[in-house]
Parts: sequence; C-alpha cells; structure tokens
Amino acid sequence: MKNVVEGSFAAAKAVQLCNPGVIAVYPITPQTHIPEELAKMIADGELDSEMVRVESEHSAMAACIGSQATGVRSYTATSSQGLALMHEMLFVASGMRLPIVMTNVNRTLSSPINIWNDQSDSFAERDSGWIQLYCENAQEIFDTHIQAFRIAEETLLPVMVCLDGYILSHTSEPVEFLDREAVVKFLPGYKPGFSLNPARPVTMGPLGTPEHFIYFKKQQDEAMGKALETIRKVNREYSSISGRLYGNGLIETVNLVDGKDSALITLGSVAGTARALLDKMGIGLIRLKSLRPFPLEELKKACQGLKSLGVLEKDISPGCNGALYNEVRSALYGLDGRPRISGFIAGLGGRDISMRDMEMVMRKIRCRNGKLPAKEGKEVVEWLM
Amino acid sequence: MEVETGAIVKEPGSSNKNKTGSWRTFRPLVSAKCTGCGICGWYCPEGAIKIIEKDGKKSVEIDYDYCKGCGICSRECAQKAIKMEKEEK
Repeated sequence: MKNVVEGSFAAAKAVQLCNPGVIAVYPITPQTHIPEELAKMIADGELDSEMVRVESEHSAMAACIGSQATGVRSYTATSSQGLALMHEMLFVASGMRLPIVMTNVNRTLSSPINIWNDQSDSFAERDSGWIQLYCENAQEIFDTHIQAFRIAEETLLPVMVCLDGYILSHTSEPVEFLDREAVVKFLPGYKPGFSLNPARPVTMGPLGTPEHFIYFKKQQDEAMGKALETIRKVNREYSSISGRLYGNGLIETVNLVDGKDSALITLGSVAGTARALLDKMGIGLIRLKSLRPFPLEELKKACQGLKSLGVLEKDISPGCNGALYNEVRSALYGLDGRPRISGFIAGLGGRDISMRDMEMVMRKIRCRNGKLPAKEGKEVVEWLM
Repeated sequence: MEVETGAIVKEPGSSNKNKTGSWRTFRPLVSAKCTGCGICGWYCPEGAIKIIEKDGKKSVEIDYDYCKGCGICSRECAQKAIKMEKEEK
C-alpha cells in the first residue's frame, strides 16, 4: 500500500521501524519535521526510544557517541549549521568506529544566511570518515534509512543519509512502507563487539601517539573500501524484501546504452529533473548515490566510451570549482580516451533548477560531443544563474 | 602493526602501565617544612601524592612515575614546603 507522506515522514517512519535506543536531536530548519514526527511517535507510545533533547548539535553527536559506545543503536538528524557545529564530533564518531546513523537534510551554509537547499553542508564533511548516501525521492529516503543501519553496523562506519531540504523533506510523495517483521528480519538487533560496561571494562577513544595514529586512519580508509561491497550487498538484499533496487547501491545509470556518447552525472533530487529529459535530449544519466565511499571503478566503467560528460552539482569549493567536478575528473584521469568534462554549478542557496536550465545543460553536454568549448578552448565550469 | 578497530583498549589498567613521569620538566621536591596536611594531594590532578607517616611525623610522598611536574602542589602548599626544580635529563 502506498502512503502519501512528506520526505521527512518517510525518514521518521524508517527510523521508527529500525527502533534506535537513543535519539539525540536539536531542531534546525529544514530538518525539524523529522524530530517532530519522532517525538510524536514516542509520545503516542509507537516508538520506544529515549529522546535526548540536547542544547546543541555538538551535544547531539556527543550524546550519540556516548550511547552508541554503550552498545545502543543511536540516531540523530540535522542540517547545515547544525552539521557544521557537529564537525569535530563527526571525526570522533568515525574514528571510534561507532555505527551511528544520521539524517542530514541538505541546506546551504551562511553567510549570507539562507535556509534553503544545496549540498554545501554535507560536501564540507566528506573527509570526516562518514559514509554519505544521497536520496532522489521520498521512497528512496525510506529505503536508504533502513539500509543505512545495516551498512553502518556491518562496516562499523557511521552513515549520513542526505536528502535535499524542502525539495524532498517538505514535499509529499507516495511511499510504500515495509512492515515491522520484514525490517526486524533485515536488520537484527545491534550487537557491538565491545561496549562500555562496568562489568567488562574497556577504554574507548584513548590517546593515539604519532607512532600508532596513522595505522588507525589507514584502517578507517580500508574499511571505507570494504564498505563498497557491503553497500552493493545490502542494496541487493533489500531489493529482495522490497522489490526496489537503486542501481548497484553506489551509482545508478539510466539511458546509458552502448554507443551513447554523452551523459550527465549528478546526485540527489535534481536527478529526477534530469530523468524527465533524458529521452528528449538523447543523453544518459549517472546518478551518484554514494559520495563516500566514492565508487571509482563503477564510475570509470560507466564513463567508458563517453565523449562528453557534464557534472551538475549544488556545492562550490571557492577557488577550485565544484567538489564533485574535481572528484569526477580525478577518477577519470587514468581512463583511456576519457570524456571531456563540463562543470555546472547550480541551485546554490535554493535557487531553482528548472526544466529549461536542465535542457540547456544537456544541450551543451551533447553539442560539445568530445570537443572543447570553442570560446575558452579548455574544459570549463559554468554557473547557472 | 596490528591495531584494534576503533582504538579500543580491551584490558583495564593501561594507565598504570603507561608511565607519564617522563613528560616532566620540573620536579617537585618536598622539604622538612612539610606538615603532612595533604592539601597538595587533594589538588594533584594525577593522584600522584600520598600522605605517609615516618617516626611519628607526617609528610607526603610523590610518585615520580606519574608526576608530570605541573607544579599545582607547590602552588597550593600552605607551608611553602614544595619547591619546583628544573630536572636535567
């Protein structure tokens, strides 16, 4: 049965079914509907979680680190400035290998102050050691949250589920839920290898001297590498209970048949806009679902044979293009006959990316057909404004 | 090098094994003025000072395996009985 619900409700519903022991949250626009829904579920007796009403997002993550360390499945949700305030605690969570799950409702960062959507907030945290999964629609929000707890607990890496503020969080769409039994079977109770317990004392988060520190970081990086396979596996297993498959869990290719020579790569909800124009414009789509770990090999394979590739992203690394553009170019550096890559910075601070904008972007990608833009004579990054 | 996932130390008591006294630059020295009141020990952040009794006279003893030489004991001593002396290594 399909239910027409907001993206925020889809997230809250999935979290309810995953039944975390602790939810520590601080409200921030546009994440607020998620903790509101969860608080209501607890008040109505539909969810048996301890809701910790903290005084900041820094404390929210600190509380999650503490509760997860005692062996309790923990969840939080935030946006923008809230995520930025958590910054140092994100590294603590990932370094301690605590499988916390967090929803980040993507909103830009000040200044100037702006409460609307782009992906600058989570892109700024891509080196924090968290897995980052981006959703395209409300159904995927529901499904990705349930997968996220499995992925986190199997890899011992925290997972950030990213969804576009307002465009997804405040928009109602039809969503099919799973029943509790199916979720419990898919996601058994959390069993930590070690936890803080006075009966069996351990030390967590100790000092790491210069001699040892680098080994822990290498281990984290290797765990991210292994997470690629875990994400693929969880995506497959989840499809067997839900009937829904999201590419290979890491990237999804659409309309990218043999002989297709141009494609657009993007992530998040704007992929929906692109999808609607693929047939008309005759190009392919590569939707990146996992930004971390970055699916290097899959991306190279998807781009094999392409002449022209466009990267459309809602973030900017001032002074050095968009972050995704840089990562895609780096990934394809070693690919023989790699496509010419055009960058597009769009939708910053909630600026709409209309069908017309998308059509213009696709036309440029297709028309370049492996040639450099005539005026500049080199690969360029353009701003849609 | 084999390291534990998440840097977990599985056995308690590791701080006993990790002697931090080598970090010290200044060494607290207790003089005969000490009355053994123990104020220094209450303030010591390392718990490295204990009160001892010898021949009916109270005094304090500093555990140099863990004393980092912060000097708080010297600062707090009501009798000015603890002197910080540069330690040559």
